[in-house]
Amino acid sequence: MTTLVQIADVSKSFGADVHALCDITAAVEPGTITGLVGPDGAGKTTLMRLMTGLMMPDNGTISVFGLDTKHDAERIQASVGYMPQRFGLYEDLKVRENLELYADLRGLPAGERAAVFARLLNFTGLALFTERLAGRLSGGMKQKLGLACAMVQTPKLLLLDEPSVGVDPISRRELWRMIEELAGQDIGVLWSTSYLDEAEKCDRVILLNEGTMVFCGKPAEMTERVAGRVVRLTNIQGRRRKLLATTLGLAGVVDGVIQGSSIRLVLKAGMDTEDIKRVLSEKSDIVDIEPAAPRFEDAFVDHLGGGPGGYSKLAEAMAIVADRGQPVIEARGLCKKFGDFVAAQDMTFSIPRGEIFGLLGPNGAGKSTTFKMLCGLLPPTSGEGRVAGFDLGRARADARGRLGYMAQKFSLYGDLSVLQNLEFFAGVYGLGRAERKRQIDAMTDAFDFKSHLKASTRELPLGFKQRLALACAVMHGPEALFLDEPTSGVDPITRREFWTHINGLVERGVSVLVTTHFMEEAEYCDRIALIYQGRRIANGSPDELKAQAATPSLPDPTLEDAFIAMVEASDADAAAA
Amino acid sequence: MANLAVRRFAALLRKESLQIVRDPSSILIAVVLPLILLFLFGYGISLDATRVKIGIAIESNSAPANALASAFRISPYFDAVGARDRRELESEMVAGRLKGIVVIPAEFGENFARSPETATIQIIADGSNPNTARFVTNYARGVWGNWQRQMLAETGGREALVRTEARVWFNPELKSRYFLVPGSIAIVMTLIGTLLTALVVAREWERGTMEAMMATPVGVLQLLAGKLIPYYVLALASMSVCTIIATLLFDVPMRGSVFALFVIATAFLFPALGQGLLISAVTKNQFVAAQAALLSGFLPAMLLSGFIFEIDSMPVVIQWISYIVPARYLIPCLQTVFLAGDIWSLFLPNIGQMLLIGSVLFVAAVRNTRKRLD
Amino acid sequence: MWRRLSALIRKELLVILRDPKSRVLLIGPPLLQLILFSYATTLDVTNVSIGVLNQDPGRWSVEFISRIQGSSVFREITPLHRISDIREAIDNQKVIAAVHFGADFSRNIEAGVPADLQIMLDGRRSNAAQIVNGYLDQIANAVNAEASSRQGRRVAGDNVLERYWFNPSLEFTWFTVPNLVGSIALLISLMVTGQSVARERELGTHEQLMVSPLRVHEILLGKTLPPLVVGLFHSTMFVLATVFLFEVPLRGSLIMLYLSLVLYLVCVIGVGLFISSIAQTQQQAFLGVFLFAAPAILLSGFATPIDNMPDWLQTFTMINPLRHFLVIIKGVFLSAMPANELLTHSIPLLLIATFTLGAASIFFRRRIG
Repeated sequence: MTTLVQIADVSKSFGADVHALCDITAAVEPGTITGLVGPDGAGKTTLMRLMTGLMMPDNGTISVFGLDTKHDAERIQASVGYMPQRFGLYEDLKVRENLELYADLRGLPAGERAAVFARLLNFTGLALFTERLAGRLSGGMKQKLGLACAMVQTPKLLLLDEPSVGVDPISRRELWRMIEELAGQDIGVLWSTSYLDEAEKCDRVILLNEGTMVFCGKPAEMTERVAGRVVRLTNIQGRRRKLLATTLGLAGVVDGVIQGSSIRLVLKAGMDTEDIKRVLSEKSDIVDIEPAAPRFEDAFVDHLGGGPGGYSKLAEAMAIVADRGQPVIEARGLCKKFGDFVAAQDMTFSIPRGEIFGLLGPNGAGKSTTFKMLCGLLPPTSGEGRVAGFDLGRARADARGRLGYMAQKFSLYGDLSVLQNLEFFAGVYGLGRAERKRQIDAMTDAFDFKSHLKASTRELPLGFKQRLALACAVMHGPEALFLDEPTSGVDPITRREFWTHINGLVERGVSVLVTTHFMEEAEYCDRIALIYQGRRIANGSPDELKAQAATPSLPDPTLEDAFIAMVEASDADAAAA
Repeated sequence: MANLAVRRFAALLRKESLQIVRDPSSILIAVVLPLILLFLFGYGISLDATRVKIGIAIESNSAPANALASAFRISPYFDAVGARDRRELESEMVAGRLKGIVVIPAEFGENFARSPETATIQIIADGSNPNTARFVTNYARGVWGNWQRQMLAETGGREALVRTEARVWFNPELKSRYFLVPGSIAIVMTLIGTLLTALVVAREWERGTMEAMMATPVGVLQLLAGKLIPYYVLALASMSVCTIIATLLFDVPMRGSVFALFVIATAFLFPALGQGLLISAVTKNQFVAAQAALLSGFLPAMLLSGFIFEIDSMPVVIQWISYIVPARYLIPCLQTVFLAGDIWSLFLPNIGQMLLIGSVLFVAAVRNTRKRLD
Repeated sequence: MWRRLSALIRKELLVILRDPKSRVLLIGPPLLQLILFSYATTLDVTNVSIGVLNQDPGRWSVEFISRIQGSSVFREITPLHRISDIREAIDNQKVIAAVHFGADFSRNIEAGVPADLQIMLDGRRSNAAQIVNGYLDQIANAVNAEASSRQGRRVAGDNVLERYWFNPSLEFTWFTVPNLVGSIALLISLMVTGQSVARERELGTHEQLMVSPLRVHEILLGKTLPPLVVGLFHSTMFVLATVFLFEVPLRGSLIMLYLSLVLYLVCVIGVGLFISSIAQTQQQAFLGVFLFAAPAILLSGFATPIDNMPDWLQTFTMINPLRHFLVIIKGVFLSAMPANELLTHSIPLLLIATFTLGAASIFFRRRIG
C-alpha cells in the first residue's frame, strides 16, 4: 500500500511574524486514522489546507497520492474529501439538497446516487431529517452531515478539521465509529482535534504545538515515555484539592490533576512510588497509591516539561468567602419552555459554599438553558434561582453583583487593552477607586499581566486571553463562579493552570457551576448533574456516576462511558414507556 | 467530461437560486428595498415646483396693482396669499412658510398710470433653497411679463422684438418623475448587482462554504459564474418589475424597445456584478462587504451618476471620479430608452464604457478568487 | 450606579477612540464626505453645452450668441449646421439645449417686427433644461431691451427688482452644507449605535454585560450617551467646517442649534438602538440602518422640498426627525429664525425622541428580559 500524503520539511508563515508551521515531516497512510493533535493555534488547520492544495508551503513539499500540491491541486481535489472547521454546509439548504449539491459537484453518477444517499443517510442517522434545513440541525448533526457531504464520492483521503468541536460525547462516539468503519475500507483519514484523549484512539498521531511537530508515530510510543510513572492517589482523607496543591509542589511530581475523588500524578523519571508515599505521609494525610495507565496527555505534559505547579497566587489574593450556612447557588424547580418545547424541566439542586458542580449533557439537552437561568441570562418560565441568597427574579442586580461569569469564547473587548478591560469590569461591578486599584494590582501580579497591560486584548495569545477572562470574572470577589466550557481548545498546561486557580478559589469558599463537554474538566467536579431531554437523569459525584455505570464487561468505566451509558438507559426507558 | 461540467454548473445554479429564495436578506434587498425606492422616487421626490407658497404684498391701492395680484393668484404655479404690507409676510418667510414675496410697491399705481412700461415690482425669494428660489423668480417673472404684455397691448404698446419659443423634447410637461423613476432603476440594479452579490459571496467565505467548494473539483470560473447568473437573472427580474410599475403606475412612457432595455441592463450588470464579486473576494466578511458596497456602489450611483445632480456642474475633480462610476453610463441610456426611444448612437458608446469597466473589475475579481487561501 | 455607568461610558468611548486608526476614521471620512458631497450634490446648472443653429446673417444673432458665451452657465457652444443636427446633438446628449435663429431673425428686428427664436430642450433632464430655459429667456429679454431702446420703442422693460434673502447670490453650498450636516450626522449616529449592541452580541460580550449587576436602564444610558458625545463632536466639527470652510453665515442662535441638535441626536440614537436590539448580527444592523436612513434622507426636504410631495406623504414626513432638524439648522444658519419658531420645530423632535427611546428600551428589555 502506498503512502497517501507525504509531508517533507514543510514550513509556512503568514506575514513576517507568524510562523504557522516549522519543518514538518509526516505521512498519512491508507486504512488508518491519523490524528492531527494539538491545542488551538498549533497549526492544524494550516497543515490541512496545505494538503488540499488551498495553500502552498513556503518551504518543503507535500505530495498527495504521489502528486505535488503545487502543480496538481485540481487532480488531488478530485479524490480528497475535506470537511472544513465550519462544516462547509449551506444552512439555507435542506439536508438532501446539501447532499445533492456535493454529489453534483463531485460528479457522482445519477444511477449510483440513490444507493449512496441511502447508505450515507443511514450511516449518519440523518435519514429522518432529509427535509430539514441544515441551519436547523444540532451541532452534532451538522458534523455528521458535513462528513456525509465530504463522503458522497468515496474519497481516498478524508480530511476532517476539528470534527469533534462542540459535539457531545455521544455524537463524538458515533462520529468516531463512522470514521473507524471508513478506515476499515482502506480510506486514509486525518482527524484534527484539540482533545488529547482522542489521540489515543488514533492509529497514528501527528502532535503539533505552536507550529512545531512534537511527535509523529503511534500514540503508544508517546505514552511509553511516562510508563510506570503515573500513579493514582485514592482514599484521600480531607480536601483533595489542597492535597493536589501540596503534591504539585513536591520536587518529584511532574504533573497532577484531580480525577473524581482521586488524584492522578505523573512522577519524575526515577522517582519511586514509595518515595512519594513517604513524602506524603510526612506532609499530612495517609492515602493509598496505586499505579495507573499512562495517557497521551500525561506524555504531552511531560514532554512540555511538566505542569504549572499547584500554587494559585490568585486565590491567595482573594478574600475568603464567609460561610452563611446556606447554599450559594440554588435551583428550585426551574423550568423553561419555548412555545411547546420544554427546554428544561424541574431543575432542583443546590451548591453549597466551596463546591464545584458540573452540568453535563448532550447538545440541546437543556444544560445551557439551566446554566443561563441560574446566572440570570434567561428568565425561567417557572421556579426560581438563587445566588448568594438573592432571588434572580426579584433582586437580580444584587444576585448578579455576587456572581462571576466566564463565557466559552472569552468574551472580552478585543479593541481595549488588558488594563482597560480590567478597569471596565471593575467599574461595572461597582468597585470604588481604591478597591479597583487594589484588585487590578492583585490581578496583574497574580497573572503576570505587567508587560501586557497596554497590549490590545485581541492580539493576546489564547492562553493569555483565558487568564484575563478569569481575572475579569473574579475581580469583584464573587461568591459564585459560572464557567461555560472554560477550557475548550486550550493547551493542557494552560488548562492545568486554570484549574489550579479554580481549585484555589474553591478552597477559599467560592462555589462553581461549570458546563462542559470535556470529561477531563468534569473530573474536577464535586458533583455532577447529567441532563438529557430537559430533565436531570443522574446526579452524584464523578465516582458515583462511574460506579453506577459499571458493568461486568466494563468494571472501570470512564466518565464518558458512564455518561453514554446513562443517556442510552434513559432512551431505553423512554422507549419502554 | 463536458456532461459532468454541465451538471456541476447546474448544481451550483440550483443551490444559489434556493438560497436566494430562502434568505430573508436577499428578499429584503431584491424586493423590499427596490419597491421602497421606486415609490419614494415615484411619489416622494419631485423637482417640479408646483404651487409654491408665496406672498403678495399689495402696497399700492390701485386697480392695476389688484389686477396684477389676481394674475398671481390664478397662476397655477403659485399658491399666493395677499397682504397690504410686506412686513406682514416677511416673518412668514423667515419661518420658512413662504418661499417668496412679490412686492407691488406703493408707487406702482402712480407709475403705471404715467407709463405702464416703467412700473416696477420686486420679487424676493427665499435663497436658502436656491433651486426653489430660482423657480420662484423665473415663474414670477413669467406671470409679470405676461401681465405686462397684456396691459401694453391694451394701452397700445407693441410686442417684444425677440420672442422665444421653447420646446421641450421627450418630456414636454417637464415632469421630474419621468427622469427620476428610470434613474431609480439604476439604483435598484446597483443594489442587487453590487450590494447583494458582495454580501452573498462574503457570506460563503465567512461560513466556510467557500473553502469546502474550493476543495472540490469545481473550477474558479465555474464557481463565479454559478454565483453570477442567478443574481443577473434576479436583477433583470427586479428591473422588469420596476419597469412595469414605472409605466403602469407612474405613467412613465416607454418609447424605446424592451430589447434595448435588456441590452443596456446586461451591459450595466457586468461591471456591477464584477464590483460585488471583487468586494467580497477582498473583504471576505459580510459586514465590511456591505459597507464597501454601499460606499463604492450605492453612493456613487446616487450622487455621481447624473441621476439627480448634473455632472457638468460639479467641480472638475469630481467629474473625473464620475468617469469610473458605471452608473454614470447607465443613467443616460435608461432615461433615453424610456423617454426618447432607441438611440443606438447614444447607447453604444455608453455600453462600451460599461463593458470596459466591467472587464477590469472582473479580471481583478477573478485574480482575487484564485482557488487558494493564502 | 454612577460608578457602573461611568465605567460603561468610558468603555464605549474607548472602543470608538482607542485605536489611532479608528480615530482617524472617525474624523477623516465624515469630513471628506461633507466636502465631496457638498460639491457633488448641486442642482445648480453651470458649464452645460448648448448647440446653436444660426441661419441668420445679421448682427442680432451674433449679439445673442456673444451673450450666451459671456454667461457662466454655458461652457461650450456647439455650432450646428442643419436642422437635423439639432436632433442628433440633443438625442446623443451632446447638448442640453439648442437655439435656432431663422434666416430672418435680424431682418425682422431691424424692421421692428417680432423675431422668433426657437429653443429646443432635452426633457430627459427636465430640471436642468428648465433652468437653462430661464437663462435663455433672460438673455432674450436683454437683447430685446437693447434693440428696442435703439429704435426708441416703448416696450415692457425688464423692470423687476430681484432679491434673494438669506442667500443673496444663491450659493448652492449654503443650501447643501447644512443639509449634509444633518444627513451625515444621521448616518454616523445610526451606524455607531446600530452596530454597538449587535457587535457585542457577536463578540459574546453582551452576555457578559447581562450577568453583571448593570441594570437595563444603565445599559441603555451607557449605550445612548457615548454616541451622543460622538455625535456632538462630529456636529461641532461640521458646524466649524460650515462656517470657516464653506463660509456659510451663522446668523441665528448657536445655543438653540445645540439644544435641538441634542434632541435630534437622541431621536436618531433611539432608532439606532431599536435596530440594534432587533438585529442578530452587525450585517443585519447595517441593513436595518440603511433601510431607515435612505427614506429618511429622501423624505427630509433635502433632495426635494417637502411642499412638492403629495399631502399624505407630507403628513408622513412629520415622523422623520431629519425633516425637523433640517428646518432648524437652515433656520439658524441662514434665516436667523427667531427662538419661538425654533422651539416650535423642536417639539416634534422631543416627541420623536421620547418615542424612539421608549420603544428601544421596551424592545431592549424584552430581548434580554
